Amino acid sequence: MLMVSTGNNAVAAAVRQANPAVVAAYPITPQTEIVEQIANFVSKGSLKAKYIPVESEHSAMAACIGASITGVRTFTATSSHGLLYMHEMVNWAAAARLPVVMANVNRALGPGWNVWAEHTDALQARDTGWLQVYVASVQEAYDATLMAFRIAEDRRVYLPVMVNLDGFTLSHITQQLDESRAGDFIPPLVLDHRIDPASPQGYGCMTSSADYFLIRHDIERSMRDSRAVIRETEDAFFKSFGRKYSWTEDYCFEDADVLIVSMGTLGKEAEVAVDILRKEGIKAGSMRVRWIRPFPDLDLKDRELVVIDRDYSFGFGGILASSIRAKTGKECYSVIAGLGGQEVTYDDIASFVRSRRIGTEFWFGVDA
Amino acid sequence: MYEIRLHSRGGQGGVTAAKLMALAAFRDGKYATAAPFYGAERRGAPIVSFIRIDDMPIKIYSQIHHPDLVVVLDPSIIDLVNVFEGLKSDGKVLINAPEVPEKAKSYNVRYVDLTDIALKTNLVVAGSPILNTPVIGALAKMGLFSRESASAAIKEMFSDERNLNAALMAYEELI
Amino acid sequence: MPGTSAKEYICKCTSACAGCSSSLILRHVLKAAGPDTVLVVPACCTSVLQGVWPNTAFNIPVYNVAFAAAAAVASGMAAAFEASGKDTNVIAYAGDGGTVDIGIQALSGALERGTNFLYICYDNEAYGNTGMQRSGSTPFGARTTTTPGGKIQEKKDLDRIIIAHNIPYMATACSAYPQDLVKKVQKALSIKGPKFLHVLAPCPPGWRYDASQTIELGKMAVKTGIWALYEREYDKLTINGPTKAAMIKPASLEDYLSMQGRFSGLTKEQVGIIRAGMERNLKMLKWEAERGC
Repeated sequence: MLMVSTGNNAVAAAVRQANPAVVAAYPITPQTEIVEQIANFVSKGSLKAKYIPVESEHSAMAACIGASITGVRTFTATSSHGLLYMHEMVNWAAAARLPVVMANVNRALGPGWNVWAEHTDALQARDTGWLQVYVASVQEAYDATLMAFRIAEDRRVYLPVMVNLDGFTLSHITQQLDESRAGDFIPPLVLDHRIDPASPQGYGCMTSSADYFLIRHDIERSMRDSRAVIRETEDAFFKSFGRKYSWTEDYCFEDADVLIVSMGTLGKEAEVAVDILRKEGIKAGSMRVRWIRPFPDLDLKDRELVVIDRDYSFGFGGILASSIRAKTGKECYSVIAGLGGQEVTYDDIASFVRSRRIGTEFWFGVDA
Repeated sequence: MYEIRLHSRGGQGGVTAAKLMALAAFRDGKYATAAPFYGAERRGAPIVSFIRIDDMPIKIYSQIHHPDLVVVLDPSIIDLVNVFEGLKSDGKVLINAPEVPEKAKSYNVRYVDLTDIALKTNLVVAGSPILNTPVIGALAKMGLFSRESASAAIKEMFSDERNLNAALMAYEELI
Repeated sequence: MPGTSAKEYICKCTSACAGCSSSLILRHVLKAAGPDTVLVVPACCTSVLQGVWPNTAFNIPVYNVAFAAAAAVASGMAAAFEASGKDTNVIAYAGDGGTVDIGIQALSGALERGTNFLYICYDNEAYGNTGMQRSGSTPFGARTTTTPGGKIQEKKDLDRIIIAHNIPYMATACSAYPQDLVKKVQKALSIKGPKFLHVLAPCPPGWRYDASQTIELGKMAVKTGIWALYEREYDKLTINGPTKAAMIKPASLEDYLSMQGRFSGLTKEQVGIIRAGMERNLKMLKWEAERGC
């Protein structure tokens, strides 16, 4: 069904399609509309889920874990400090091998209190074993949420998936949405290790130093196997719904001499900068990185890189730039921009490219 | 691309007006985005919404600095905020007012008394006149989208026919 | 008001909604507490009322902290002031969400440890800052954005949770009774140890009534008996005058409920459940006051 929707409502609509049995809900700006819309669906009967209005985000993830281990589909949504507050349980959900799906509306961390877009919140969880994808349009928020359930619940994966959307910039913007019916795109969940009194097991018990590392390796093995599952799922999605997704979204990529690499809505704004630069004779291109975990193999070749990080790791550097450097050995012009919702326009992005100095870091609004 | 900046106060339905505009343009077969810009939840605070309409997919998420059209739902905002900032030299202004306010006189202003229309059509909720549906009628008259799409958008979002009546009245009464 | 500072500690430039109870409460709290005071404020409407950096509307030090942490941060601060020999008032000022839900662990710990501070919960019966979602303190039957059909659970009895910690002073108050509130703040600050105030804060956008009726609604809450005004010193209960009056001749509960859009569409049965809860609470208070446990 073709309509207009906000990013938050698109996530809620996709959750309704996925039909989870349990949704844990706690409000935090700018995610709140997701859990409110789901409350609406449940109240009106268009989603038959148990809706648990928990008392904190730590409990939201704990409740999802408790529900998920019985073998049912679960969902929650959070943002920023909520994600930080549930960090212990975020780790737990991955190591417990539970296919929880969570929408995280990327928002800056305090103090000072700031409700606008920044990626540091979710990137701080990059070590947890969660798969993470970053979307840049209302349609993609819907589509990625649908795919998240199928990917998480695949036997080869059994890991939770986080769908990230920029706070306010995407969560609150109204764009067109094709609210495609999921049909049988998401197969029923069969959780092999679900709790079953008829076949009693102990879960998460004391584990000695002689064995623990095997559990951790198993998580990584599934994270590696998830690459094939992601490919298969995105290909199947294209076949079913006609919309194509991959590890990155590339624009004017093939003959580009300089590549703007970024995540989230900045990746779309960057395409407008590319058009401007091309008119000036600069062969720019854009690569919007969608998947952060598992981190994709990026086909960068000889191109110069202008990497925009809407995040930072203190004492180290922009997380995307650092990741690319670590994985490919390539130096880049590392731009730190958009923190706390700092405005970054296509003109700004074009100027980053024009004034690039490979091998340096540039804090937009601070450095000259 | 056509860029509109809409100024309203929290609680007046400015955010919904922006969504309606996007929906009406969408029903016309265009691409459209509507983005509110607000701080924390608070009634009465001035807020801004950015609406873009284009024949191509819209990839811009940053704020509108040079609008083609400025819409002012509450004329008292003109005393608090420079609503005309960045308006293109050939840009237009639409104000909810019975007459052109002094500060707006040097601009290309269209105006209509949406508040009066809301009161006349009894489009009042919890003591506040509803302005977001009537303004769609005025915008349709200005050519932002077709009258048919404007009506369709209003009917899609609101079942109460007072909304459509008020919009049609604004369409007629726009000066 | 007699006994309070004439000085205002909240400037006129807050970002509060018209008819906001919290800013009214805080205005009187600070006048009662005086300038040697630090406010510890978790995420709540008050985080926003202060305004945006580099300005603040409050003329005392305000330490903004994470949502769950108010009582724990206050604990640390109180211990530090004590270690430095300072008498500075430490007042944690939090909404119901940050007290009854996410903040209850820290609060319980702070009370159990005998922390020397005053915790004030201003209760607008929902998560106000994020747009009125239900909290544990939302009353039965109330519509919020996450309980569109009305809340099906009863309001969490925060007062009796506090009472279970057996602290030197705890009281209820209401934004519509500022003199009573001021007396209670001053009483609390004259005592060493953990003190708790639970203040009803009618909220125009949340409860859906006209902003001009905040005081009238607060008075109705007390006069119907739905909000009881009392004080406790350890387990010695004193019921305040307005509630004694409400116990004898209560105002109409239906009138109180019908003033608020969040209670629109309540069935007779639901009103009955609200009434029963109210009567149970008043009965327990009356019984305890008469027998003195």
